[in-house]
Amino acid sequence: MSCKLISKVPNGPLSQKWTSHKDSLRLVSPNNKRKLEIIVVGTGLGGSSAAASLGELGYNVKVFCINDSPRRAHSIAAQGGINAAKNYANDNDSVYRLFYDTIKGGDFRSREANVYRLAELSNVVIDQCVAQGVPFARDYGGMLHSRSFGGTQVSRTFYARAQTGQQLLLGAYGALNRQIAKGNVKVYTRREMMDLVVINGEARGILVRNLVSGRIERYGAHAVVIATGGYSNVFFHSTNAMHSNGSAIWQCYKKGAFFANPSFTQIHPTCIPVHAKHASKLTLMSESLRNDGRIWTPKKKEDVERLRLNTLQPSQILETDRDYFLEEQYPAFGNLVPRDVATRACKRQCDAGYGVNKIGKAVFLDFSDALLRLGRDEIEDRYGNLFQMYQKITTVNPINQPMMIYPAPHYTMGGLWVDYNLMTTIPGLYAIGEANFSDHGANRLGASALMQGLVDGYFILPYTIGDYLADKIKVPFTDVNHPVFDETEVTIKDRISSLFSDNRSNSADFFHQALGRIMWKKVGMDRSDAGLRFALRKIEELKSAFLEGIYVSGSRYDLNYELEKALRVSDFIEIAQLMAFDALNRKESCGSHFRREMQTKEGECLRDDISFMYVSAWEFNGIDNPPILHKEILEYDYINIIERNYIL
Amino acid sequence: MDFNIKVWRQSSPKAIGRFETYFLSVISPDISFVEMMDNLNKQLSDYKQDVIAFDHDCREGICGACSLYINGYAHGPDSEVTTCQLYMRMFRDGSTITVEPWRSRGFPIIKDLVVDRQAFDKILQAGGFVSVDTGGAPDANTIPIAKIDADKSLDASSCIGCGACVAACKNGSAMLFIAARTSALSFLPQGSIERAARAKAMVKKMDELGFGTCCNTGACALVCPKKISIEHIARLNRDFLLFT
Ligand SMILES: Cc1cc2nc3c(=O)[nH]c(=O)nc-3n(C[C@H](O)[C@H](O)[C@H](O)COP(=O)(O)OP(=O)(O)OC[C@H]3O[C@@H](n4cnc5c(N)ncnc54)[C@H](O)[C@@H]3O)c2cc1C
Ligand code: FES
Repeated sequence: MSCKLISKVPNGPLSQKWTSHKDSLRLVSPNNKRKLEIIVVGTGLGGSSAAASLGELGYNVKVFCINDSPRRAHSIAAQGGINAAKNYANDNDSVYRLFYDTIKGGDFRSREANVYRLAELSNVVIDQCVAQGVPFARDYGGMLHSRSFGGTQVSRTFYARAQTGQQLLLGAYGALNRQIAKGNVKVYTRREMMDLVVINGEARGILVRNLVSGRIERYGAHAVVIATGGYSNVFFHSTNAMHSNGSAIWQCYKKGAFFANPSFTQIHPTCIPVHAKHASKLTLMSESLRNDGRIWTPKKKEDVERLRLNTLQPSQILETDRDYFLEEQYPAFGNLVPRDVATRACKRQCDAGYGVNKIGKAVFLDFSDALLRLGRDEIEDRYGNLFQMYQKITTVNPINQPMMIYPAPHYTMGGLWVDYNLMTTIPGLYAIGEANFSDHGANRLGASALMQGLVDGYFILPYTIGDYLADKIKVPFTDVNHPVFDETEVTIKDRISSLFSDNRSNSADFFHQALGRIMWKKVGMDRSDAGLRFALRKIEELKSAFLEGIYVSGSRYDLNYELEKALRVSDFIEIAQLMAFDALNRKESCGSHFRREMQTKEGECLRDDISFMYVSAWEFNGIDNPPILHKEILEYDYINIIERNYIL
Repeated sequence: MDFNIKVWRQSSPKAIGRFETYFLSVISPDISFVEMMDNLNKQLSDYKQDVIAFDHDCREGICGACSLYINGYAHGPDSEVTTCQLYMRMFRDGSTITVEPWRSRGFPIIKDLVVDRQAFDKILQAGGFVSVDTGGAPDANTIPIAKIDADKSLDASSCIGCGACVAACKNGSAMLFIAARTSALSFLPQGSIERAARAKAMVKKMDELGFGTCCNTGACALVCPKKISIEHIARLNRDFLLFT
């Protein structure tokens, strides 16, 4: 392990690590908590749960978000569910199994101790949410109901129709509101973080742009928590919300926080394909649909042709002429294989010419069997709002005709490197939720992002941050007139000024789309040495083109979406570079990271555990130099490393 | 398709606003209303004009950010959708489409089509939660909850806080918004303990913030993209009476 990367994983047996670690963490007394300030950036599940819990403990918390209300964070859009090892279904589930499924789902590229802790704490999250009044689905006896998600053989996903993220976030936002009303938390909406302030090597504050007035504002604290979500929008088209961005973590990276596994990005198999020119985003169709929906393409090319010409309806294709390729290829898991596996299988099918929409880039997700088995009412009860969403976009009702779906960028496993305490390589800077890299390795299993965000925010950070702050009780509040704030503000203002020039003509969207095309083609589902090198050249060209060509209308001292977009896109271009760099470095295939050169004869991932069983943590080394690679070697003491297999 | 888009432009909260009409051509019927607005903004930006400010984020009908008053309806002419789920196929080719912000005393205009909805957060801060701290919760299955109650709670809890109900109400009342939250919690044993105090605190806050009173016209429920029923207002009134 590199000397700079100290993971702080405690000693002792796996199942005792967190318990004994907690006992060793220092505490801050209630009186002293009042003397300490914490900044939380982001109000998704990670940020809201953390800010609320820290407020309850008595810290002075300031929380920031881009939207006009904390409730609109991207977590609100999560559909399918949240995992927990409750074993309510009596299907022999356990903490160990959730842990093992997650490690295996991540293709053995995540940190064993972190994942175990995640599984261990999953149960109390469900308890907490129920206590807050989250209306999870219930069975007729009044007990919680669960369903299955990909990469598991048990039923451990708790849900509230296809609005799980919304309901969990309303719970966390409620807890946050309660602390705001008590005065323990101050909320700053319509603010975007512009930079991190590091004084004497420690995170001491942030600068934000007030998105309404356009002014730069300064905020100080004893510790800063980043909960700003993922960077899938680097691909332009993704399932993420329009304002989801990578800027905050990128600013931290440039201030010295290491960026881990940037190339590990998840492409979700079941999304509505691009439906029109000018479509701005892609809509997810939840993985929960694969509980009852069956994925298939025709076996015969002539049927494919006729489907494309619209002279044949899917229902007219005989059962024997259908290729239920996931069930065929992965009998043990069937349609519920992990996302990366399903995504590649769909892609293989389309690449081989069996894609069913006009452009040959879609497969069917079909509910006709389930409708026969369960009836229309039951299916509508389970998936009604997803069906409605699908119908509004495509005009087709999935009750009558199978959905057409195709993979789309969805989630980023990569993020800021954190130790076992969720602290980055900058003392006092923490990262939680999708913004960190910690638990999902090279591929995240469905329903585990919500679990992770809430575990981080409710139950880990409030404990671990105290250990750091215990040293700071004599440190006064940050002076926001400190020269470092002045310097940082000048840099930000220069950066904003450089975007305004009347002689230029291309909008941020123009560059974002161009970036998306490069990333989707060369750094998406299918990566290769030549392709990645090509992408790196193209991104470099785009970077110069952006500087020379970006046009931003309006004023900087005003609500100005064009300016917001331009700032985010310029960061995306740089993030893209690091992603491609990391993907090029990792000459193996694992999870979502598929290098064409490294595949089995069936087209599955071929890992290279001897050379690449590590987390790649990149250190910023100046804008003109390549980043420096640090390796956190992954050690598995409790599980056997195997070739991932969903066939048996 | 071609449209004349007649949009409310207002440079700042205090500035005098006006309608501007823009011609927009070649729009696929399969793009959403906010994507149409993107196109319009691109056209404006190409001509180096200030783009139209409007709120949006998830574009899936769940975050509640988008908030346009279109041809006289909150979220436009389709039913059970937000502006971001409204598709251009709903409009007649060649027609003029009028786009306004939410207009209500509780939601002052910030710029163009963007309004300030922080009042909603303040109302929820007054009591729209269950008073539990993190930690120490009993096992989730300790208290059984009838499926029908959980389902009803979820129906009410589907409110996305967009504000269409307020925009549609001639009194600018936020009762449907409040009722959605109070019902969501009152249907559950965890939430029903504080039901009376909650109802009281939230309604009081609403009054303080300048929203009007409810006179049961039902305009709010008609425009609600999430079908929140007006029955919840009756339930809220009951909770309220419980307190007094
Ligand atoms: C459509 C969809 C469905 C999903 N469904 C599921 C599911 O069923 N189960 C599951 O487990 N996971 C699901 N996921 C993944 C999961 O929703 C996310 O990973 C998770 O919600 C991220 O939460 P977060 O708190 O880390 O960040 P987010 O919820 O993304 O919140 C980020 C916050 O940071 C703020 N922010 C961002 N940048 C800045 C900045 N520069 N300055 C200030 N504030 C900033 C934002 O305003 C926001 O408040 C889904 C994802 C998508 C896209
Ligand atoms: S943009 Fe989120 S509801 Fe319309």
